Amino acid sequence: MLEVKQPTYYEEVIRKGYDRRDFMKFASMMAAFIGLEKSAIGQVATAMETKPRIPIIWLHFQECTCCSESFIRSSHPMVADILLDMVSLDYTETLMAASGVQAEQSLKNTMKKYKGEYILCVEGSVPVAADGVYCMIGGKTSMHILEEAAADAKAIIAWGSCASNGCVQSAKPNPTQATPIHKLITGKPIIKVPGCPPIGEVMAGVIVHLLTFGTIPELDRVGRPKAFYSKRVHDSCYRRPYFDAGLFVETFDDENAKKGYCLYNVGCKGPTTYNACGVMKWNGGTSYPIQSGHGCIGCSEENYWDNGRLYDRASSFAGFGIEASADNIGKIALGATGVAIAAHAVATNFGKKESIHELEVEGKESEHELPS
Amino acid sequence: MSKRIVVDPVTRIEGHLRVEADIENGKIVDAFSSGTMVRLLEEILRGRDPRDAWAFVGRVCGVCTSTHSLTSVRTVEDALDIVVPPNAELVRNLMHCVLYMHDHVVHFYHLHAMDWVDVVAALKADPKKTSELAQTISKWPKSSPGYFSDIQTRIKKFVDSGQLGIFANGYWGHPAYKLPAEVNLIGLAHYLEALDWQKEIVKVQAIFGGKNPHPNYLVGGMACSISLDDVSGINAERLAYVHQLLKQGKEFINQVYIPDLMAIASFYKDWGAIGGGLGNYLVYGDLPTKGYRDTASYKFPSGAILNKDLTKVYDVDLRKEDEVQEFITHSWYDYEGEGSKTKGLHPWKGESKINYTGPKPPFEHLDTTKEYSYLKTPRWKGNAMEVGPLARVLVGYARGREDYKAIVDKTLKDLDIPVAALFSTLGRTAARGLEAILAADWALEFYDSLIANIKAGDTRMAEMSKFEPSTWPKVALGVGHSEAPRGALAHWINIKDEKIANYQLVVPTTWNASPRDSKGQMSAYEAALIDTPVHDETQPLEIIRTIHSFDPCMACSVHLYDEEGKTISRISVLGD
Repeated sequence: MLEVKQPTYYEEVIRKGYDRRDFMKFASMMAAFIGLEKSAIGQVATAMETKPRIPIIWLHFQECTCCSESFIRSSHPMVADILLDMVSLDYTETLMAASGVQAEQSLKNTMKKYKGEYILCVEGSVPVAADGVYCMIGGKTSMHILEEAAADAKAIIAWGSCASNGCVQSAKPNPTQATPIHKLITGKPIIKVPGCPPIGEVMAGVIVHLLTFGTIPELDRVGRPKAFYSKRVHDSCYRRPYFDAGLFVETFDDENAKKGYCLYNVGCKGPTTYNACGVMKWNGGTSYPIQSGHGCIGCSEENYWDNGRLYDRASSFAGFGIEASADNIGKIALGATGVAIAAHAVATNFGKKESIHELEVEGKESEHELPS
Repeated sequence: MSKRIVVDPVTRIEGHLRVEADIENGKIVDAFSSGTMVRLLEEILRGRDPRDAWAFVGRVCGVCTSTHSLTSVRTVEDALDIVVPPNAELVRNLMHCVLYMHDHVVHFYHLHAMDWVDVVAALKADPKKTSELAQTISKWPKSSPGYFSDIQTRIKKFVDSGQLGIFANGYWGHPAYKLPAEVNLIGLAHYLEALDWQKEIVKVQAIFGGKNPHPNYLVGGMACSISLDDVSGINAERLAYVHQLLKQGKEFINQVYIPDLMAIASFYKDWGAIGGGLGNYLVYGDLPTKGYRDTASYKFPSGAILNKDLTKVYDVDLRKEDEVQEFITHSWYDYEGEGSKTKGLHPWKGESKINYTGPKPPFEHLDTTKEYSYLKTPRWKGNAMEVGPLARVLVGYARGREDYKAIVDKTLKDLDIPVAALFSTLGRTAARGLEAILAADWALEFYDSLIANIKAGDTRMAEMSKFEPSTWPKVALGVGHSEAPRGALAHWINIKDEKIANYQLVVPTTWNASPRDSKGQMSAYEAALIDTPVHDETQPLEIIRTIHSFDPCMACSVHLYDEEGKTISRISVLGD
């Protein structure tokens, strides 16, 4: 049991000057974000009316603070006002008022007072080389701090690719032996939220799921919330029809780039990347990498820094399947592998390609019809 | 006898910074700044495709996000002799201005304000008086008594709940807080508004770069094609969106940030005589208006000032081996051969090997007579230099640039302080605000230029003729620079056989936060802390005020490269 009676989300929302209508709107948007049916909105609202606030300890190790920055970008209407306060963010080196001993005291207070109840968020990897001296805070190694804080945490969220898979500092030759959290802490539920950074609304959505349902969201086999990491960027990409039709950008800013064709030939890693970018987009739905003309670099995938160069086609990857052949149709140079599937793809794709061209011509004609 | 105090972690910064200070008779008499985290990214870059470097080094920092990627593509373009199309330069400038607008506002409200604004004291404010005051200093519409009363009620209940979250254990009630309750309440209200605002302005970076933090860049230009006839390209809708965001961003800066900054500064004029430090300032320059190579066209002019002498501005050359050099006298690294701890090396020639010699953790104190930081110590012609907003504003002012002169003179007049007061903690914080005004104006100018270019029929966004490695020389050396929000930033690259043979970054916070050099000269943080008054040794409020005025970015500042003693000779494309 918590020692202090904490206000519920509903109480929090009302006391901050929002009305019940705002609250229901918030609950329904959050339900949508975490992938629930409309019928579950009532459940979200009820949960938020009755569940207490949960303290959060947010540690920073080998990182660049892009996760914290992304989190505060979350565009949800009430995130700036409510989420930061709702969760009682008791320790975060990025935003907290106190420094030095006063900051350390806040950390100790929460670990003691809310033993077994707080959520531990970790941003960054832990260097284990040289007995951990490559990351020290307050004279202690990050390894030491993580072990202490994890011991009595209710659950751990590994923010971003650093904490989930080591990210850039663990790229070869990984000189500091940068290590993700799940390789160091056992016996605790760990939610991996990879991405460099993860989408702000994904981060908010994960926290809201924890608070609303009191359970960790359903995770895939590698520990990521299914809600956001079960689909490939490729499968939710609006440029996918061009891929299927074999219409590709060949160099940046060429005619095909101006037409918004598929970026696969200039290195897009969408076909091997599991993330929500294509559906949720970034910065409040403003855009996402492919929409802005650059391929996906695969930033939420394990070891993405060592999975080939940025501008190499994904087909050079080991284990890359159907599309490795399918892509060849763009150059009418069908390979020998995956013949049956590829042949089918070619047949369909030539049809699509032609119809896309026809549509483009039609569009141009209609343009000419307008008086200039 | 002096007493050693330790502040670790220094919070409300990017990364991991430790400060140790000796206090005697209520003043700091000696100070030591230590970076305590290292990732060794430069070692990771070796052997990789130079075109990929922007993505790796972009991850150096997610707070000043985009600035390392920008610097990296410039570095590779310098090495490969690529000139990007004017539209790409304009889009990069727009994204860079937006970074300034975002970063300076977030720094002021979310990283620095709580050093000056007493959150708890805001509860005593009279909302009606607060409203009157707010309406006197700005025409920002959210300023009714009801608005401030609502904010106050929310914060009061928050404080009463006993769960103070990020405000817990702050230095509330400390006598160094001098604002009237009403100004505290305005500051607090705008802390919350700015949190909401900041997520909007960065959308400009998402439009051109696909996402923020960490938008995408491209060697040769930008990947976002201009296509008025396609929904995927930069078309009329995207441009209109950018324009609206820029106008809204400018409005917030001029109507909220600047009035708050001026109001708060007027109560802390004594900080115009505290935290000055080195008096040497260094700027590489940025925001080209006639191409990156035409340094005279920069909105941020380059130059160096020594000993606060604004009558003389020295030129800076990043290619000359006796100008920028790095020392490791007090850093946890070794150089090969003789004089490891006394010699300075230019980034194209440098080499180093990590060697932690500090105390075994957990520890109480560092031995500051020996090595005490993962930061190396950069020097310009042997001088310790301060970089950042104050350096830029002073160089612009000393160069006689009209836009700087107008804005600086007006600020000095409004605050009724002399030019000398700029060499201070207050000056640093004020300079950041002045830059935000300039960046917001310039962004709209760059936007107009982009529209004019497109109207004139130029829609090129990338120069791809030298993108294929087969077109590259066998060896190439490059240097690229930018002005990051926190100061002068440069990367140096050696390309050999289509791969990175060596990559070196000398970043703003390394200039400012580094340990002392072989001559015992302090860097900017340490120098600025000397003579700072400390009212209560157990509460480091005054220390973090001055440290925060630099806006530390520690992840940026710590790096290492190891060239294994090999140096590739310079080639002619680098002739300057």
